Amino acid sequence: MGADIFEISINIIKILVIFLLMVQIVPLLVWVERRGSAFIQNRFGPNRVGPLGLTQLLADAVKFLFKEEFVPSKGKKFLFYAAPVIALVPGALAFASIPLSAPILVDAFEMFGKSWGPYRFAFQGFEMGVGIVFVLGISSLGAYALLMAGWASNNKYSMYGALRACAQMISYELALGLALVGILLIYGTFDFAEMVAYQEGPLSFFFMGKEVIVPFLPNWGIFYQPLGAVLLFCAMFAETNRTPFDLPEAEAELVAGYHTEYGGLKMLMFYIGEYGHMLVASALMATFYFGGYNLPFISTEAVNAFFAGFGFSATKASIVTAFALHVVLFTKILLFLWVFIWVRWTLPRFRYDQLMDLGWKTMLPWALANTIITAALVLLMRTEWL
Amino acid sequence: MSPLIAIIFLGTVTLLFGSALLFVASLLGPKPKYSSVKDSSYECGLEVQETGHSKVPIKFYLTAILFILFDIEIIFMYPWAVTYLDFVNEGHGVYIFSVMAVFLLIFILGLIWEIKSKALEWE
Repeated sequence: MGADIFEISINIIKILVIFLLMVQIVPLLVWVERRGSAFIQNRFGPNRVGPLGLTQLLADAVKFLFKEEFVPSKGKKFLFYAAPVIALVPGALAFASIPLSAPILVDAFEMFGKSWGPYRFAFQGFEMGVGIVFVLGISSLGAYALLMAGWASNNKYSMYGALRACAQMISYELALGLALVGILLIYGTFDFAEMVAYQEGPLSFFFMGKEVIVPFLPNWGIFYQPLGAVLLFCAMFAETNRTPFDLPEAEAELVAGYHTEYGGLKMLMFYIGEYGHMLVASALMATFYFGGYNLPFISTEAVNAFFAGFGFSATKASIVTAFALHVVLFTKILLFLWVFIWVRWTLPRFRYDQLMDLGWKTMLPWALANTIITAALVLLMRTEWL
Repeated sequence: MSPLIAIIFLGTVTLLFGSALLFVASLLGPKPKYSSVKDSSYECGLEVQETGHSKVPIKFYLTAILFILFDIEIIFMYPWAVTYLDFVNEGHGVYIFSVMAVFLLIFILGLIWEIKSKALEWE
C-alpha cells in the first residue's frame, strides 16, 4: 500500500473518492435520462421538485429507503440478496483501473517535523500494466449477478431474462474482445496511460517506412480504427443491456426480465451496476479512441507548463493540471453517456434472433476483418520495402 | 501501492457498501406481510404455470460452449497484438503476420463451420 502513512492514506482516500464518484454519477444520469427522454418525446419530465426537477432524485432515494424488503418465499434467499450487491462490483473495479487524469507529482516537503519524500500519485484507483485485460475480465463478471438474480427469484420471467442477458453478454463479448485487438496492434501496449500518451499531438503515421504528419487532425485512435470504434461502441451497448439490445428486459414478453421480483434499494443497486457499466464503457471509448484525458493537440506537459506560468510551485501546478485534465476526460465521458441515452429513446429494440445474428454473423466477422486489415496495414506502412 | 491490495480493498468496500444499503433498507422499511397470493411468483393475473427452475432451452448451453471456444482463441491474439509492433520494427513483420494468419484461418474456418452446421440459428 505504499511506503509511508501519507502515501497510504492518500491512496485509500483516492479509491474511496473514485468509488463514490461512480455511485454519485448515477442520480445525475437518472435525472439526465428522464429529462432527456422527456425532451426527445416532447414532454416535460420531472420539473416540480426543486429547480428543473433536480431534487426529485433525493425524494426518490428517500422513498427507496422506506420500501418493504420482500423476498419471494420460494426463492433462494441468500442469492436473492447477494445478486444486487455483486452487480455493483464489476463497474466499481473496472472504473477504478482507468486513468482519470494525468498523475500528480508531489515534491518533497516538511510536515510535523519530518520530511516526506517526493510522491507520484496516479489519478486512478490502481495502476496496472495489463489494464485492458483486467477491465475485460472484471466487467464480464456482471453476467454472474444477472444469473444469480434470475435463478434466485424462482420466476420464469426472471429466469428467461437472466438467460437471455447472459447469452447476449457472452456473445457480444467476442465482438468486443476482437474489436480491441485492432487498437492493441496500433498502440502495442495494454497500459491505458501509455495509450493516452500515444495520442498526444497531431496525427502522424508511417507510410512506406516514412513518417507523415497531418497537422489539422489530432493523433486520436478513431482515425486509425474507425471500424473498431464503431464495433466496440455497439458491443458496449449490448454488454450494458441498453436499448436497442435490452432484450433481457423486453416488457412485452418478459415483464422486467431478471429484476422482475426486485424492488426498492435492491433494484436501485442493479441500476447503479448498469450505469456504472455505461460509465466504464464511455471512459474506455474516450481513452481508446478520443485521446483520453488530453486536450486535442496539447500535451500534458504543455498544460503543466501553462499552469506553472502563473507562478504556482511544481506541486501545485501538477495538482491543477490533473484536475483540469480530469474535467476534459469527464466532458468526453458525458458526451458518450448522452449518446447512450439518446440511442435508448430513439431506436426500437431487436428481435432475439436478429440480436444473436448481429453478434455472431455480422459483428464477429467484421471485427475479424478489422484485425487482419489492421495487421496487414501496420506491416505495409511500417516496413521500408525498397 | 500494489494493485492487488487496492483491488481487494475496493472490492471489500463495494461489497460492504451494498450490504450496508440492504441492512439500512431492512431497518427502515416496513415489515413485509406475507400471504399466499403475494408469495407466489409474479404472473400477469393468471395462476402460476411453471416456476423458474423448470426446463431451460439447450440453445443457451450451446451458445456458452461456443463462446468459451472462441473467447480462448481471441485471448490468444492479445499477446500477439501487443508484441506485433516490436516484431515489425525489428524487421520480422512478415514472419509474425504469417504465423497469426494460419491461426486466424483456423478461426475463420471454425466460424464458417459453426454457421453452416446451424449452431447459431434461433427460431
